[in-house]
Amino acid sequence: MSQSGTSSQGGRRKKILAVSSSGGHWIELLRLRPAFAGHEVVYMTTQKGSQSQVLGHRLHIVPDANQWTKFRLLITLVWVFFLIARERPDIVISTGAAPGYFAVRFGKWFGARTLWLESIANAEELSLSTRLVKPYADLWLTQWPHMETPQGPFYRGDVL
Amino acid sequence: MAAYGNAARSFLQGGCALIFVTVGTQLPFDRLVKTMDAWAARHPAEQVFGQIGNSAYTPQFVIWTRFSPPESFREKYQAADLIVSHAGIGNILLAIELQKPIIVMPRRAELGEHRNDHQMATVKRLQEKAGIGVIYEAAELDQAIQCTRATNIRPSRPTAASTELLTTIRDFIGADS
Repeated sequence: MSQSGTSSQGGRRKKILAVSSSGGHWIELLRLRPAFAGHEVVYMTTQKGSQSQVLGHRLHIVPDANQWTKFRLLITLVWVFFLIARERPDIVISTGAAPGYFAVRFGKWFGARTLWLESIANAEELSLSTRLVKPYADLWLTQWPHMETPQGPFYRGDVL
Repeated sequence: MAAYGNAARSFLQGGCALIFVTVGTQLPFDRLVKTMDAWAARHPAEQVFGQIGNSAYTPQFVIWTRFSPPESFREKYQAADLIVSHAGIGNILLAIELQKPIIVMPRRAELGEHRNDHQMATVKRLQEKAGIGVIYEAAELDQAIQCTRATNIRPSRPTAASTELLTTIRDFIGADS
């Protein structure tokens, strides 16, 4: 693992910030790992004790929050903002939900390219964070072919 | 050995079969916890461990805990010969990763078990894709456990996301801004 230079594909080595809430979102995110090979990956999630699953990578724990916990949401927002300002990732990738939304949004402000993957749990209706993140996601994906529309989200496979 | 089923195999190895029942951490799911407790009462030789979250019903025959940190949660999964779970995507994906037979029961909004019926929608589609057992009513559990053990069915697709998705993400990362 070189600290700089080129990735295994020959392109420039990028800094990826991979973000998700705990539980299903996190397990879905971990299943994307083979795609990160050759790049620097920093993880961000909401549950302490997750480090053992991403050994060898830096991990930030941020407070969990959702649309029903407005005050905590504000704390998460500020927390994520400062982490993004410090990390300055080239790429932000998230599988949801609230912390991922903030990370994509602030990542975009700081010039990152952003990818959002809707959870496979949502087979019939897009989640709130997925709907809100649309303008800030350079690539906006669903995991169900029947949810794809010409304006997005797009279907490009799933985590299974 | 598969012909004897998992329970027989564990018995032959000198251990007990272990069922791990888990309902996630966000919402109670009394219907599943009660059902599994009743099953454990009828099968005293079986060992059933439960992670019951905020459920109001506290089991008498299932050995239970409310929450379980990721590390020990994974250990419970690995030790179990069968997972019985709410239809949470994390639990389903972990069963796929560890190749554990799993029976899921979706939460239903009309019974106050979730804010919406997304678990119903998800399982319908995942059933076709991944080979997981699904029950909708408590009364179906007994037969589902028997069937799952008899057929020794395991979820398909063990390791990572689909090739199409990984390629898409790899290309996205590699592209120059």
